Amino acid sequence: MKINGTEHEQTPRPGQCLRTYLREQGCFGVKKGCDTGDCGACTVHVDGKPVHSCVYPAFRAADKTITTVEGLAGEDGLHPVQQAFLDAQGFQCGFCTAGLIMTTAALSDDQRADLPRAFKGNLCRCTGYRAIADAVAGVVNAAEPAPGTAVGANLGAPAGPQVVTGTARYTFDLDVPGVLHLKVVRSTVAHARIAAIATEAALSVPGVVAVFTHADDPGKLFSTAQHENVGEDPADSRVLDEVVRFAGQRVAAVVATSEAAAEAGCRAINVEYDLLPPVFTPAAAMAPGAPQLHAAERNVIGELHAEMGDVTAGFAEADAVYEQTFTTARVQHASLETHGAVGWLDDDGRLVIRSSTQTPFLTRREVASLFDLPLDRVRVIAGRVGGGFGGKQEMLVEDLVALAVLRLGRPVKWEYTRAEQFTGATTRHPFEVTLKAGAKADGTLTALQLAVVVNTGAYGNHGPSVMFHGCHESLAVYRCDNKKTDAVCAYTNTVPAGAFRGYGLGQVSFAVESVLDELARMLGLDPITVRERNIVRAGEALLAPGDHVEDLSIASYGLDQCLDHIRAAAGAPVPPVPDGWLVGDGMAMAMIAAGPPGGHYADATATLLPDGRFEIAVGTAEFGNGSTTVHAQIAADMLRTTPDRISVRQSDTDVVRHDTGAFASTGVVVAGKAVLRAATRLWETLVQAAGGRDLDEATLKEIAAKAGRPLTAEGHFDGTPRSVAFNAQWFRIAVDPDTGDLRILGSVHSADAGTVMNPLQCRGQIEGGVAQALGSTLAEHVDIDADGRVTTTGFRQYHLPTFADTPRTEVLFAATGDAIGPLGAKSMSESPFNPVAPAMANALRDATGVRLTDLPFTRDRIWAALERAART
Amino acid sequence: MDLNTVTEVISPAEPGQWRPGDAWLGGGTVLFAEPRPHLSRLLDLTGAGWPALTLRDDVLEIAATCTIAELAGSGYEIARQCCQAFLASFKIWNVATVGGNLCAALPAGPMISLGAALDGICLVLGPDGAREVPVAEFVTGDGVTVLSEGELLRSIRVSEETLSQPFAIRQGSLHTHGRSGVLLIGRRAGNGFVLTVTAATKRPYVLRFPHMPSAEVIQIALTERIPIDAYMSDIHGLPAWRRHLTRLYAEEIRQELAA
Repeated sequence: MKINGTEHEQTPRPGQCLRTYLREQGCFGVKKGCDTGDCGACTVHVDGKPVHSCVYPAFRAADKTITTVEGLAGEDGLHPVQQAFLDAQGFQCGFCTAGLIMTTAALSDDQRADLPRAFKGNLCRCTGYRAIADAVAGVVNAAEPAPGTAVGANLGAPAGPQVVTGTARYTFDLDVPGVLHLKVVRSTVAHARIAAIATEAALSVPGVVAVFTHADDPGKLFSTAQHENVGEDPADSRVLDEVVRFAGQRVAAVVATSEAAAEAGCRAINVEYDLLPPVFTPAAAMAPGAPQLHAAERNVIGELHAEMGDVTAGFAEADAVYEQTFTTARVQHASLETHGAVGWLDDDGRLVIRSSTQTPFLTRREVASLFDLPLDRVRVIAGRVGGGFGGKQEMLVEDLVALAVLRLGRPVKWEYTRAEQFTGATTRHPFEVTLKAGAKADGTLTALQLAVVVNTGAYGNHGPSVMFHGCHESLAVYRCDNKKTDAVCAYTNTVPAGAFRGYGLGQVSFAVESVLDELARMLGLDPITVRERNIVRAGEALLAPGDHVEDLSIASYGLDQCLDHIRAAAGAPVPPVPDGWLVGDGMAMAMIAAGPPGGHYADATATLLPDGRFEIAVGTAEFGNGSTTVHAQIAADMLRTTPDRISVRQSDTDVVRHDTGAFASTGVVVAGKAVLRAATRLWETLVQAAGGRDLDEATLKEIAAKAGRPLTAEGHFDGTPRSVAFNAQWFRIAVDPDTGDLRILGSVHSADAGTVMNPLQCRGQIEGGVAQALGSTLAEHVDIDADGRVTTTGFRQYHLPTFADTPRTEVLFAATGDAIGPLGAKSMSESPFNPVAPAMANALRDATGVRLTDLPFTRDRIWAALERAART
Repeated sequence: MDLNTVTEVISPAEPGQWRPGDAWLGGGTVLFAEPRPHLSRLLDLTGAGWPALTLRDDVLEIAATCTIAELAGSGYEIARQCCQAFLASFKIWNVATVGGNLCAALPAGPMISLGAALDGICLVLGPDGAREVPVAEFVTGDGVTVLSEGELLRSIRVSEETLSQPFAIRQGSLHTHGRSGVLLIGRRAGNGFVLTVTAATKRPYVLRFPHMPSAEVIQIALTERIPIDAYMSDIHGLPAWRRHLTRLYAEEIRQELAA
């Protein structure tokens, strides 16, 4: 086979797909995304024709010529399409990018004119596709800032050149000699005690090295969820448990010299279960006599019952009261890189784990604790991570990889399949939310009464925290003297829910913002006016029922500007729509804390290198969140240079003391602040060392040489106090009542992100958030059958937003500057997700007169809802 | 994905070689898209070198190994439009085959819709010889065909006459350019009218009318000839919605072809 101009002699295995063969030959730019021909991340050219190499039999390519992304560039530099993706910054995490580039490079002019069709087989989970459309159109978005002006500039991601050439190294893009492969047997039943596991046959499979079962469990309870404060998440999980609590739970692990042998070993294992009665809904789980999953009465692992003021009195003085119950679906993060890790012992015998994680330091702490190792005997590294969205704020693989490496003393790799992402990872928490709201004739809220039931699934992990967070900013954004919350979080025998972009707020905001829309209708008021009458204002306290950490305040306020943007958007003329289609507008808003309560720590160092350049070390991982770009921008400005003279070392427990992790929208506001402090201190040191001279390159080199040791400064931020960010979304839609077809005619999003550090990137985060939220609003649902088994186990059953599904969203920023965040910045990565579903529900209500309450709104469900309404 | 249990590929393969644990291999885009731990051998048909498209005596023979890209570029408008109904990317078209789509027997398989709508005939080869089966009867349920063990699909034959008759297509999906939840093809056959319902139902339903039916007749025919439990109920659309769209699109097609 000729690959990128070089003959490769190795014969493919009979059942091998071309993708695996190419990766074995070192073409790591060819990505494994879906493994079913749907996402396009593995696109290569075979004799000049683009194909999905994951469903292309490798043997058939034996006499063919293959071009991968690594072979696309010519001798005179990047291929024009690679350059275009770089110029447009048509990527975030970049895992899909090689496939998109290889696809784009093969498009005819006709296909370029119809991208929704041409990109049928390319999924991007991060960008929302606008940036990709820009790349195809040749739009140049990235800019090179002058010294001292990096913050606020549209700097491209430092890793961009690697991303577009397929040389960025993700978790599994390295060759580990002698690596063993781990596969797991997963439970086929929802609730059972394991009676017996027969492993002899598996151990007899050629190539199988070891089988681990609950007999090998280290005997400690832990939570897969990761937070700075370990006590935040219920310790109810084991590496390998003798009780299975959901269909899909790991039962046994087989380690072998090849994936094939590991799979054969798994098939050879026989598990006998003593079945226990399962419960699949919170109502069933909390009913008297229900089986208890863990040491939690009524299977309730978190609850909040609190009242401010007197809601009964509040409803009594209301002119209008509306109450409705809403549900949200199980949603998968669907990062294109699956979960997985590879571990080994280094020359010093230290355990090293390279993982697709958002929390290297917390994972190290958890692994060390599980196996009674001192922290300095464990190192956790993240390469470039192929998407997170909260799903990787979780230790789902590292514990078992560590167990295998420690027991065998050999390198071990475990990569989730796409199906395992659905059956054995986590989902967004399904919520049932009932909100009763009362208002006076002028729209002033008199009472808000919230009832929330959170289904955390078989394990508690993020459940209680998601419940508390969901019930806070969603209510606190409204001034109302009388608020009451009754929330419970219950275990069920279903795939566990975990951290997901928005962390509970989106689910509750869906109800709150829908109910406010109905109240506005009842009172004959404009929904924006109702918001304006009730929103918190600068200087006011953020109040919601229950005890909440008191370090949260409005350190900058742009919600009023966001609402102004939305009002202006609604003034746009309505485009023509087909006869019989119904047009409607809808808006919703959301507030989010810029960081989690209870501490989020970041350490950073800034170092002068011998060549006069600078190195920043941070703990946070890069998975398309773009914080690395912002860190380079901050450092460049503080050090009066340009970002190209800054290199960033990151996401490795060896490079800094500690970092809580890249979650809760903290990459800029927490880690960025640590970088700001480190760079500022280094600059002060250098100014002193210069003794009045200009700090030009020669002087810097001289200072570096004279110092005799690396000149380094440290910065730290503990994540408190915290500010809040605001978002508002507006849609104009047209609906065909005869088919349920829904077209988005307009989408406008306004965000108050404080100082916008990188407008291009921040816009990308918002577009991506809106797109992902549109997925959960219009398409995505993980389904579970009557026996608790997940039935949506791939991208053909679980529909991710495609290019064709995703509208262009106009992004507007409020002009504010925050008193807490670094250089005035606030968080803007999770929050754009939150107002999308209610804005769409409100637009549907406006267009059709029908209030939809259960996500997602697929076309068949919209049609069915309109049919039902027409009959009643 | 890797089919790690496969230990041998026979290429080119021939009828009669099949034994338990074997699978006939077309393009591979279906076979390689799911775990198939029961397989040990692949019998490669694409190596046989069957001509993709052969026009002889006013009959177009489409080899089972004809790729979707080859068919889409064949110049027949109805074929092109059916190819467009694929959920799959044009990159998959370069590899996936017409026969593979038929043998996968998914309700949304647009090559099934095309073949059924054109009164196509499948040529099936088995260890004991050949037999012919109308495309509309080749698929008997969701993922089920009439093929028995060891049989393979060699080709589909359609007449030039049906290929060139006036037609109209309607596709309903939960998503733009998404997988078909409903795919209807109407064809004028002289004075007559043939309506083929696919994707909405577990197997194709071909409704023949001697004359262009009235709006009322076509609706009654749909009710009487397609039982309610024939409609698919899966993630790609509620059965009631599919039934409704079937009725809606049937009337749209009727009006279009009556004009």
